[in-house]
Amino acid sequence: MDLFDFKDGREGYYGDYGGTFLPEILHSTIEELKRAFRDAREDPSFWQEFVELMQSYSGRPTPITHLANLSKQLGGAQIYVKREDLNHTGSHKINNVMGQGLLVKRMGKSRVIAETGAGQHGYATATMAARFGFHSKIYMGAVDVARQRPNVFWMENMGSEVIAVRDGQQTLKDAINECLRDWVTNMDDTHYVLGTACGPHPFPEMVSWFQSIIGREARDQLMALSGRLPDRVFACVGGGSNAIGLFQGFMDDSDVELVGCEAGGFGPGKGNHAARLAYKDASVGVAQGMKTYFLQNDDGNMLETHSVAAGLDYIGVNPVLVHLWEQERVRFEAVTDEQVTEALKLTMRSEGLIPALESAHGFAQALTEAASMSTKEVVLINMSGRGDKDIFTIADAIGDDHWKQFIRAKANEYGTE
Amino acid sequence: MALSNYISEQLAAREGSSRGALLMTHVVCGYPSFEENWQELEIMAAAGVELVELQFPFSEPSADGPLFVKANQQAIQNGVHVDDCFEFMQRVTDIFDFKVVMMGYFNTVFKTGPRDFMQRLKAAGGSAFILPDLPVDEAGELHELAAELDLDPIVLMTPTNSPERLQKLAQAAKGFVYCVARKGVTGSQTEMNAEVADFLSTCRKYTDLPLAVGFGVSQKSDVDFIASHADIAVIGTAALKTWESGGAPALTEFFAQLAA
Repeated sequence: MDLFDFKDGREGYYGDYGGTFLPEILHSTIEELKRAFRDAREDPSFWQEFVELMQSYSGRPTPITHLANLSKQLGGAQIYVKREDLNHTGSHKINNVMGQGLLVKRMGKSRVIAETGAGQHGYATATMAARFGFHSKIYMGAVDVARQRPNVFWMENMGSEVIAVRDGQQTLKDAINECLRDWVTNMDDTHYVLGTACGPHPFPEMVSWFQSIIGREARDQLMALSGRLPDRVFACVGGGSNAIGLFQGFMDDSDVELVGCEAGGFGPGKGNHAARLAYKDASVGVAQGMKTYFLQNDDGNMLETHSVAAGLDYIGVNPVLVHLWEQERVRFEAVTDEQVTEALKLTMRSEGLIPALESAHGFAQALTEAASMSTKEVVLINMSGRGDKDIFTIADAIGDDHWKQFIRAKANEYGTE
Repeated sequence: MALSNYISEQLAAREGSSRGALLMTHVVCGYPSFEENWQELEIMAAAGVELVELQFPFSEPSADGPLFVKANQQAIQNGVHVDDCFEFMQRVTDIFDFKVVMMGYFNTVFKTGPRDFMQRLKAAGGSAFILPDLPVDEAGELHELAAELDLDPIVLMTPTNSPERLQKLAQAAKGFVYCVARKGVTGSQTEMNAEVADFLSTCRKYTDLPLAVGFGVSQKSDVDFIASHADIAVIGTAALKTWESGGAPALTEFFAQLAA
């Protein structure tokens, strides 16, 4: 199945979802990007260059790890994990970013801007900009800046300017709006490195294409390791780029069940979560450049969202995944903050792995389901990022007293300004 | 009367007067409040403004600059709903002579239901609508609905458009064309120079409709410049800024100076 063959439909649409909804001033910029992307896609040497770059710079291919202890402990399916956390900068975000960086070089632009939620995409973009010699500005909601200082620290130290966005809910969606405002002003020399498979066409397609490196590797690796295809594949879904990246490897394997895990936050009820599809609080709308499901009210204004994971706390969702959900090719589940914290603790203790809070949503759902599957069955989880960056949030969530003592001591050491 | 006819008549009436361009102003519904909106509109009407944009607040106003972003957010926080905006529009068109143009983002229309929204816009006395995040390529169905109701979709032309694109935009345009004087979002200053004049004469080549010029129009000299190159000066952020800093007396003075 080629998700991106638009011959029989409208370009940039997946079923009823997707499209390009942008101010007219960006029309020529988007056309230019579409052309550059198409040329790159049709040029086999481009993908080759991308793969080589990811090997030498980011440690690809990332391995697959068998969670032997947890599989045994739960007594169900064999659990395997695709280790995107082992990428440089600690998450799958770097795949898309380096790909777009190569594209920026082809387009001859000199400046990049990016939105970031958890900060992983901003961190990756700052890295790419430093490596390629681009000027860079990262827009990040002020709330996210406050909860993800370690990533901000690295971005700034790699030479990016980080702007704390104080509009709206001061989270990811507001950072995207601010990027669009920058882009309508500076499109001549600037490329907007959108971080997830959302936004106007061609971004959902382009980001999915770069992230498909995850699924391409994973299928071969898992076949080699376990001798069979997985029965179920789990990935967390914020915007949806790591999920679509992994899922693409199994799109034609109709027996492989694909499961997207959304942020259930405090549980169902408007404003409590960021589960667009698993809960029933979202509806179809047009915003942030695309038509998809949004958490919005009857006037079409966006609702507050909540998740312990900054990277999943987003109002909209990848239009390709919505289409696959409607086709019943992808199942969606919501995982609450509490379940996430439990799964994280279990994974750390049993396997010595620290999934990011985002990725831990996939773990939580997979561990629950694996327990009631047979020992011959196989599940695959995308560990889209590593949890070190979440040390402040995780320490809070598990109420770690030693950590609190350390922070107090550190604060005393710095003293008052 | 069709909007373009109204504009031609008003332009003819302005011939030889000191203000050669028509004025289109802008208020964000419910910001700072509907009461203050009304006071602003009274001042605008007294100054002889010919067209007013009523912006329906949206939570993601990505084409707007900081002041309007704040206005949109505050209005929503004040509890302004689509219903309130239509009610207000009805009161406005009942009393005032200027023509009213709905301005907002496509999701407000989409979520209300395009047919329902257009019917309500018509019923409330609106003449046209501007949706800056709805490109013409996606607007076919909505424009057909609008045509049935004799509502004009206002299309934007921008300095980055190719000749082929301008042609396509011209084909979709009705009422008047909104020419975006520069790159960027609403609110910052635009230097009205030869570059803008060239852009406007390019737009003129593609359409016979009246041309409105917006983004950064703030002073009498801008209006004069627009009078010699286009038809309608769009005053957005500058008026709101004036209202916020000095209230009714300042806004009255602002329009007196613009219309002088």
